[in-house]
Amino acid sequence: MFGKLSLDSIPFEQPIIMVTAAAIALGGALLVGLITYYRKWGYLWREWITSIDHKKIGVMYFLVALVMLVRGFADAIMMRTQQAIAAGGAEGYLPPEHYDQIFTAHGVIMIFFVAMPMVIGLMNLVVPLQIGARDVAFPFMNNLSFWLFAVGVILVNMSLVIGEFAKTGWLAYAPLSELKYSPGVGVDYWIWALQISGIGTTLTGINFFVTILRMRTKGMTLFRMPIFTWTALCTNVLIILSFPILTVTIALLTLDRYLGMHFFTNDMGGNQMMYVNLIWAWGHPEVYILILPAFGVFSEVIATFTRKRLFGYKTMVWATVVIAFLSFTVWLHHFFTMGAGADVNSFFGIATMVIAIPTGVKIFNWLFTMYRGRIQFTTPVLWTIGFIITFTLGGMTGVMLAVPGANFVLHNTLFVIAHFHNVIIGGVVFGMMAGLTYWFPKAFGFTLSEKWGKRSFWCWLIGFYVAFMPLYALSFFGAMRRMQSYEQTEWQPLMIVAWFGAVIIACGIACIVIQLVVSIRDREKNRDLTGDPWDGRTLEWSTSSPPPNYNFAYLPDVASIDSYWEMKQQPGGFKRELATKFEDIHMPRNTAEGPIMSLFALFFGFALIWHIWWLVGVGAIGMFVTFMFRIFNNDTDYHVSAAEVQKTEREYHKRLEVQA
Amino acid sequence: MDPTGEIGQGLKSLIFTAFGLMLIVVIPVIVMTILFAWKYRGTNLAAKYTPNWEHSNIIEIFVWAIPAVIILFLAILTWQTSHSYDPNKPIASEKETMTIDAISLDWKWLFIYPDEGIATINEIAIPKDTPVHFRVTSGTVINSFMIPTLGSQIYAMAGMSNDVYLVGNETGTYRGRSTHYSGAGFSEMLFDAHVTSDADFQAWVDKVKQSPDTMTFPDDYEQVAKPSIANPVKYFSQVSPDFYGDLINSYKGGRSGADSHDEHNEARESSMPMSAQAAE
Repeated sequence: MFGKLSLDSIPFEQPIIMVTAAAIALGGALLVGLITYYRKWGYLWREWITSIDHKKIGVMYFLVALVMLVRGFADAIMMRTQQAIAAGGAEGYLPPEHYDQIFTAHGVIMIFFVAMPMVIGLMNLVVPLQIGARDVAFPFMNNLSFWLFAVGVILVNMSLVIGEFAKTGWLAYAPLSELKYSPGVGVDYWIWALQISGIGTTLTGINFFVTILRMRTKGMTLFRMPIFTWTALCTNVLIILSFPILTVTIALLTLDRYLGMHFFTNDMGGNQMMYVNLIWAWGHPEVYILILPAFGVFSEVIATFTRKRLFGYKTMVWATVVIAFLSFTVWLHHFFTMGAGADVNSFFGIATMVIAIPTGVKIFNWLFTMYRGRIQFTTPVLWTIGFIITFTLGGMTGVMLAVPGANFVLHNTLFVIAHFHNVIIGGVVFGMMAGLTYWFPKAFGFTLSEKWGKRSFWCWLIGFYVAFMPLYALSFFGAMRRMQSYEQTEWQPLMIVAWFGAVIIACGIACIVIQLVVSIRDREKNRDLTGDPWDGRTLEWSTSSPPPNYNFAYLPDVASIDSYWEMKQQPGGFKRELATKFEDIHMPRNTAEGPIMSLFALFFGFALIWHIWWLVGVGAIGMFVTFMFRIFNNDTDYHVSAAEVQKTEREYHKRLEVQA
Repeated sequence: MDPTGEIGQGLKSLIFTAFGLMLIVVIPVIVMTILFAWKYRGTNLAAKYTPNWEHSNIIEIFVWAIPAVIILFLAILTWQTSHSYDPNKPIASEKETMTIDAISLDWKWLFIYPDEGIATINEIAIPKDTPVHFRVTSGTVINSFMIPTLGSQIYAMAGMSNDVYLVGNETGTYRGRSTHYSGAGFSEMLFDAHVTSDADFQAWVDKVKQSPDTMTFPDDYEQVAKPSIANPVKYFSQVSPDFYGDLINSYKGGRSGADSHDEHNEARESSMPMSAQAAE
């Protein structure tokens, strides 16, 4: 009846897990109680869960990402604590059984369920507004993508309490992830969480690719697109090209585990090197999927707050395109020590270094945007400057790792860990935090607290250096990644310093939470009625905050790169005038099919993990039937009447007048 | 940090050369960031402000050329060192190269000295200044064989043979390990590498030969291959001939082992085991 699932699957003997589970259950019950008490279920269903509004979907992505950041960080601090204790024969407080799950979960969560949804959330919020569109090309698919991603999040969190998570490292290298070496359900959780959310990501890639190519407003040629949209375009091309590789790789592993096939096993003709190649053929483009939009954020932020055009717009675009292309030519640098010959290693090493050229150019272009500008040191600018310095160092250690000879001694050491946290924290996290602070007022109509934003920045910046510089140092003394314990007591002091750094980062995360709370409390004080709190340059700032669901009452006409800025520079400036005549606006309807299909996908995934075959059937049939409902549903769009548009616009202008 | 073998020393200097080359661009970037941020702060109204300046051919040339030149140097360095420090490349020496087979198991290292006909678990001895050809494979998941102070690491993968040539130039005992995560016992998958004088090496070999235990394939092997964590050092005075080749070949048709000596396999045994390099 319940497959492999029984009461024994719940780790009652693990106090850490049970206390966490109890806290989650309590918090969840409180949340459900509050929603019920305030009668908000209907509101949630109508306005959020079934919403196809790209802005709301963006907000939901980011919200989930922040929650998962806390979960992923909890894993991080547990690992640092373990390594601060477990020296010289001490076993620490986490046995390998538990520790190995934690570092696997940490990697999976931070990449798939924190960094990815932050990037996708930001794209959702910003891209349609920047190109002057009213929604994405496939609004239903956008909703479905989000809920499929949510299924992945739910499965990963379920594994904490029901059963176990993978003990394989975040990429689940075969043959360790094969049934013979990982007989438990951990790898199956990994498989289905990534497979289901990965399909959501592929759909997002297609959606935004088409949106950017087909839905730009009048006059917005490709080379007039805001730079963030450019980076989003390149990222979506990378998603479309690389995520299918992940899907297929995981599918082959699934066949090995469920049907006894031998794609990646040690014996019977399996080829484990193929797994490693395939997973990195996806995995390397993946890191550029994350970093390119962050580059886009920094470009927007630095131009806005230096009050100056971005230096070398075309160069920036081409550098982004070149990086996107090269990202497919370097995957082998993740395993120089697999035994390829010197020619192959050299090729991939040099290809990797070549990426440093366009990246270096980007850095210089940001610097020359600051040059002869009028820099306002707002929180997003601090994140940007912190990024330029930190990322440059991370890029340098990346090039060091790209030299195969150096890699032979640095591979698998803490040097690698320090390097990729250097670029992911210094690049992606800083970028997403800058983006959050920068575009938050667009989504909600009030700005975030600068005081707490700056505190968060300093904690993250200092915390990063204190946590990861010791790891660079330790790597030269032979400290490896993924050690549950180590003999050398002389490493312990630096491990304790690293632990302290993680605590400082914890303060940074706390500051973000406080920043949100304080800002929501003081929202009337920080209200921005114009929709343009930063004196912005691109179209998203020309509409109100938050924008109406149709974004623009009239689609704007674009004649240059910083189109909104140019409008404001016209003699007499840009006036937010109320038009005299309005038209009906064609908009998509909300959808219940997205969340319902995803609910069945959750049953399907959970049932496959636990071999509950009847539930697999229910999930599969449920998904299919819901999908058929969607296909034969002709009532998927409607018109916002001209009268309603007029009413909304009038209210907005009334607010503007009151302020004036 | 303190390499005791010429490969390790060479790689250390390579790392510092690459580091130094990159500082040529990294230091100016950091200085410029701080300088520009300070000079062009919004409150400094004395600083020049050019809101529409967005392009300069001269700056463009420099920002492309400087990184490109540095990467060109690094690329040449990479090409040369990838070949000179190729783990597959034998080390030139007056002394004859010796062979040791390293086999990663759950979670220990089995070492075979094919020429001496001995085997050990979690301990090796090598004579000082003698180049050693390690043939590396796995009887389990992927591991990576490394003695950090001697130099390069290489993956151990079942059914495949990898090579790494190392030499110890200073006597002493150094820790070796698996650097590639392989499951529950990974952290304690350690071994000692004794770099000794020629006489001490011979004494060590003789000591191993005193052991009553033997290492035959597949019977004794199946026993030691069972998972164990922090396995104590063990010696085996006799090893079946071509133990290493037999182990690798056993993966070709499945690990059932029963058919490992039929006609098919005799043909295969004569051919070289598939190397990771050839399969690339």
